[in-house]
Amino acid sequence: MQFLQNSLPYILAGISVGGQYALIAIGYTMVYGILRLINFAHGDVFMAAGMFMVFLSASLPLGVAIPLVLIITVALGFIIERVAYKPLRSAPRMSVMISAIGVSYLIQNCALYFTGGLAKVYPQLPWLSDTITIWGAVTKRVTLVTPVLTLVLVIGLSLFIKYTKVGMAMRAVSKDFETARLMGIKVNSVISATFIIGSLLAAIGSLLYFTNYASVTPTSGGMPGLKCFVAAVFGGIGSIPGAVIGAFIIGIAENIIKGLGWTTFSDAFTFALLIVILLVKPTGLFGEKATDKV
Amino acid sequence: MSENVLRLEDVTMQFGGVVAVNNLSLEVNRGEIVALIGPNGAGKTTAFNCITGVYEPTNGQVSFEGKVIVANHPTGKMKKNYQGLNSEKYLHIKPVDPTPDQITKLGIARTFQNIRLWKSMTVFDNVLTAKHMRAKQNVFTATFRISAAEERRMREETMALLEEQNLVQFKDDLATSLPYGLQRRLEIARALATEPKLLLLDEPAAGMNPQETEELGQFIMQIKEKYDLTIFMIEHHMDLVMKFSDRIYVIDFGKLIAKGTPAEIQANPKVIEAYLGVTDDE
Amino acid sequence: MDLRKNKKRDGICTAVALIAMFALLLIMELTMKSTSILFTVLKKGVIYALVAVSMNLLNGFTGLFSLGQAGFMLIGAYTYAILSMPVAVKLSDSVYKYYDCAIGFELGIIPSMLLAGVIAAIFAMLIGLPVLRLKSDYLAIATLGFAEILRAFFQWDAMGPVTNGANVMRQYKDLTKVTIPFTDIRFPPTLFCFLVSGICIAIIVLLINSSYGRAFKAIRDDEIAAEAMGINLFKHKEMSFVISSFFAGISGAMLAMFQYTVQAAQFKSAMTYEILLIVVIGGIGSVTGSCIASFLFIACNEWWLRFLDESANNILGMNLLRSGFRKVVFSVVIMIIVLFFSKGIMGDKEFSWQRIFDFFHKLFHGKKQAVEEVSGNE
Repeated sequence: MQFLQNSLPYILAGISVGGQYALIAIGYTMVYGILRLINFAHGDVFMAAGMFMVFLSASLPLGVAIPLVLIITVALGFIIERVAYKPLRSAPRMSVMISAIGVSYLIQNCALYFTGGLAKVYPQLPWLSDTITIWGAVTKRVTLVTPVLTLVLVIGLSLFIKYTKVGMAMRAVSKDFETARLMGIKVNSVISATFIIGSLLAAIGSLLYFTNYASVTPTSGGMPGLKCFVAAVFGGIGSIPGAVIGAFIIGIAENIIKGLGWTTFSDAFTFALLIVILLVKPTGLFGEKATDKV
Repeated sequence: MSENVLRLEDVTMQFGGVVAVNNLSLEVNRGEIVALIGPNGAGKTTAFNCITGVYEPTNGQVSFEGKVIVANHPTGKMKKNYQGLNSEKYLHIKPVDPTPDQITKLGIARTFQNIRLWKSMTVFDNVLTAKHMRAKQNVFTATFRISAAEERRMREETMALLEEQNLVQFKDDLATSLPYGLQRRLEIARALATEPKLLLLDEPAAGMNPQETEELGQFIMQIKEKYDLTIFMIEHHMDLVMKFSDRIYVIDFGKLIAKGTPAEIQANPKVIEAYLGVTDDE
Repeated sequence: MDLRKNKKRDGICTAVALIAMFALLLIMELTMKSTSILFTVLKKGVIYALVAVSMNLLNGFTGLFSLGQAGFMLIGAYTYAILSMPVAVKLSDSVYKYYDCAIGFELGIIPSMLLAGVIAAIFAMLIGLPVLRLKSDYLAIATLGFAEILRAFFQWDAMGPVTNGANVMRQYKDLTKVTIPFTDIRFPPTLFCFLVSGICIAIIVLLINSSYGRAFKAIRDDEIAAEAMGINLFKHKEMSFVISSFFAGISGAMLAMFQYTVQAAQFKSAMTYEILLIVVIGGIGSVTGSCIASFLFIACNEWWLRFLDESANNILGMNLLRSGFRKVVFSVVIMIIVLFFSKGIMGDKEFSWQRIFDFFHKLFHGKKQAVEEVSGNE
């Protein structure tokens, strides 16, 4: 009982962070599935959503600010794709990845400019930020809401991909880009839809994440971003359930490590996990095997 | 002159449930030109890839000059899925899975069906780089030009190879700027630069007209004599195959269906069936 | 025959240009104030030039998209700082405040720098064993990950007796401590940076133009063909990775010398991104491009665009210019280069005297004559 009481906060925090990671990881896995691109800017979109919230909530009521944050973030994701990735569609993969790194650099520097480099206090969201007590462990309500909301969104997304026309097109494009284009699928709209969905989920993730962490800095997107990419690789890149499971595992493991007093290594652990996965099973838990033709 | 240079025994390559090469056994003797033919998708290139270490076959073994260079038997999941024959014969043999560069080092060089020249390099550098493997140098002596004599020798030999292929006039052009036929020639020159004993040609005449094909045939004879080579080739141009090869192996759906001299193959009803019965574009 | 003559001419030109450059640097250092921003830019520029060229060796010439450069610089910087720190400082409380320093000896500047490179290379060798088997973007993310792990490792409490934990390292032998051999006369610091970087870059260029360099390019162009022509992929990738890290380590050591203090927290992935952007601006696969770009990058960052950060420079009462605006402008420029000038300054070409001469030839003899001459030659 003593053990449970001691470790429960960490496990709860892990589940909560895992859910938030899952929402970001989906953006990575979907984009990679379709464009074969590590969207380095995705973590920064997530950070930007946090910044929008900070600035908008300062002057608008939350009921207006939250939907507006979602819309602006989606627009940002859409614009990034159109401006930075679409012109490089036929360029080598390395160029697109460099462009993604450039976008990440740009967003971070913009955030730095607007905040003056100071950590911004994230607004308290009523109800979500309330403190509650479960079995003697004190936590915020968002901790409990996150996994539930994540699961609802993931199920919704899976249904969307399975049953709608856009979803079907997404699957087709991720299977074979060129053939899908030849079959008359509007590849560019499908890609835009992917970025819109990814950014929307990242915005929701940022609402939950920053409510937990209480402050946003220009670099607070980088590390979660990389971790979520690792989660996506862990689950098998291109697979949505894989990304979600990977994110929960990473979130929980990371918090257990923090609980053990190894905080310095909580980030390093994620990468160690990544390297082990890549070496043992490069396709991740649910990934498909691809072979090069000679 | 009937010494085996290359010998395949029960080589099987299975991708999941698909058996691309099925119990392929064949021999290539020293000094011969042997052709491997078969309809599209019959598994010819896969067989080449098994020989050169690109793929690890699921069963069987390959020997080169009497030495086993590739060997495997079904393991793990493959044990259950395996659909070939004679796997028990190789169970006691330790699997040998070399990387392609080790195979090349033994003296087997190859060309590719879809030309794979180094795009950013000149014609000269393409051949020169292939000389890297056999150069007597290390990274230190090469960087600090201690092995400059070796470098000079490599350059001279490269020049000689280009002269032989009539490519000297293009030596400073980008490899990919050459016309298609010359690119194939350059690929052969590059393969020769690795100083092989056995040359594997994967559709060397693809995309050539009858006259170019004839020239290529003459050229293959010529380099065979000059470098004392054994040649094993995949080819679709029947004129080339019938005129220049000593023996022919025919495979279909991964299986050997016929072997023999060009005359025997031409008269073999199975071969005609495989070609005419299955595909109609050959 | 003509080619050989040109080669001789180019060699002489290069030698003259180098001597002129070093002489100019020496004169400048002897006459100008050492605090001048110009020297800061030159020093930092040449340090970044070395690390950019080392990254180019990997990304541009071997086709390995690696993002671990900051990690190897970190190793180099720390190794240098630890080894070159005087024993007296190590024993006192001024640096190792919370730990007892475990390294009880000190080395001179050159041995420390060399070892900085060697230790970085050893780490690279170990990291390369698993990582270099991965393909393109997986390799990128794995090397990025390893750089992060290294950073955590160096900040780790248990490493404190060696790395001083997450605390700052200082009072080691910095650039002002460099002397002319066998004397006590101070070596001009900028000249020293140029000399070390110059030698290192020259070695990389020699490597690139050797048989091994061609093998690297073959791997970049087509791995399968390279392997089929007898080039051992793993061996050559590992070689490129280790050599690149060796020089990244040396540039890390120089960065530590230049900065007077060094801290693990500085070597974040953002630093690797900056180096990568320098490589891209200069042209992937061009050594001269990387050098030019790193001076431009550093000059813009530290000097020319500084005015954008000064709110005093605002015109028309706009509150646009303030701290951080420089970086925004800067990243927009970088995005424009990445999107519209993806070949960078030099593409994959190198500086050549021939082109300079041709240019002047045309300038003096007029365009028409030059054209006639070309057709006459044919």
